Amino acid sequence: MRDRGVIYSGLVIFLGLITFPVWHDLAAGTTSRGPEPVLPAQEKQCVAPLSYMRTSHMELLMDWRDGVVRRDLHSFKAFNGKTYTMSLTGTCLSAGCHANKADFCDRCHNYAAVAVYCWDCHVEPKLARK
Amino acid sequence: MRMTRKRFLEVSGLSLVAVATKRVVGALLGARSGQARALGAPTLTTRWAMVVDSAKCLKKEGCTDCISACHKAHNVPVINEARHEVKWIWKEPFENAFPSQESAYTKVAFPGNPVMVFCNHCDNPPCVRVCPTQATWKREDGIVMMDWHRCIGCRYCVAACPYGSRSFNWFDPRPYIPALNPDFPTRTKGVVEKCNFCAERLALGQPPACVAACPEKALVFGNLADPKSELRQLLQSRYTIRRLPELGTKPDVFYIV
Repeated sequence: MRDRGVIYSGLVIFLGLITFPVWHDLAAGTTSRGPEPVLPAQEKQCVAPLSYMRTSHMELLMDWRDGVVRRDLHSFKAFNGKTYTMSLTGTCLSAGCHANKADFCDRCHNYAAVAVYCWDCHVEPKLARK
Repeated sequence: MRMTRKRFLEVSGLSLVAVATKRVVGALLGARSGQARALGAPTLTTRWAMVVDSAKCLKKEGCTDCISACHKAHNVPVINEARHEVKWIWKEPFENAFPSQESAYTKVAFPGNPVMVFCNHCDNPPCVRVCPTQATWKREDGIVMMDWHRCIGCRYCVAACPYGSRSFNWFDPRPYIPALNPDFPTRTKGVVEKCNFCAERLALGQPPACVAACPEKALVFGNLADPKSELRQLLQSRYTIRRLPELGTKPDVFYIV
């Protein structure tokens, strides 16, 4: 094999390039980091149990949406007996709960690359205050 | 088994008897469960309606308090081009609001004396009939409500409404909203919007924003189904007209002109 040197060096360069995502991310330490949403400081209990919210918060929001808009229902009886007003900005994004969308909602949604269209219409309290 | 004429007649006779029995039983059961609605006798407890007293309205010249209150509360964009504008409540010249009542003398009598107009929340709404997604529907309490999540922006309702109450968002309204109200969502480009009789305020027991803002109390909002309501008293004591009654839309906004 006359071109042994060229072939082997080319192979090494190719392997280095093809594994770039692996060694670059390992070095940068980004793979080990999760979404890290910032939990509310005051309220410790959401309108539904944590396990349910983790898997099905979208379903809850859809139920609230259909309840308020289509069936004129406004109050929600939570699993622990407390009553909440069904409102995204009024309840979910209230001052004591997930007041900062960028620190909570966006963290996981950006990590999972799941776009939400709620904010096309619903106004973040932060936007209104400015 | 071979099909004979006798067998055929037996089978069809039995089928007819079965269908008739099912119908009769269904009708009897329906009547017993008290479906008075199905028999065409509506039992209304709430029917929201509005009376606009034009004389009171015109006391304060150039007043637009109701328009400001409504548009601010609902994040209605301010777009100055007539073909792109979005409005929930606005002023119309008398002859535009009541074309059949127009005469040479109304133009002289009411120049610059506009009439406040908005969605009439008709009892027989053409916009509800034509909406392909039921993004617009008539609620039990009479309000013709909109669901902007479901609106696909076909504008069939805009074409159907004979009063021009509906506006389409030709572009993203956010840059045109002077002050965002966080208690009410904005809409996006591509949906139709109109007055909703402040359904969100009614849910909290408050009157509509325009009614609350009017300094002369020219807008009277109330329950048509309640014989003792102020609205009913007003309708029984004063002569009222409605916009385009000949079209059969049965509007629920009455005008004392």
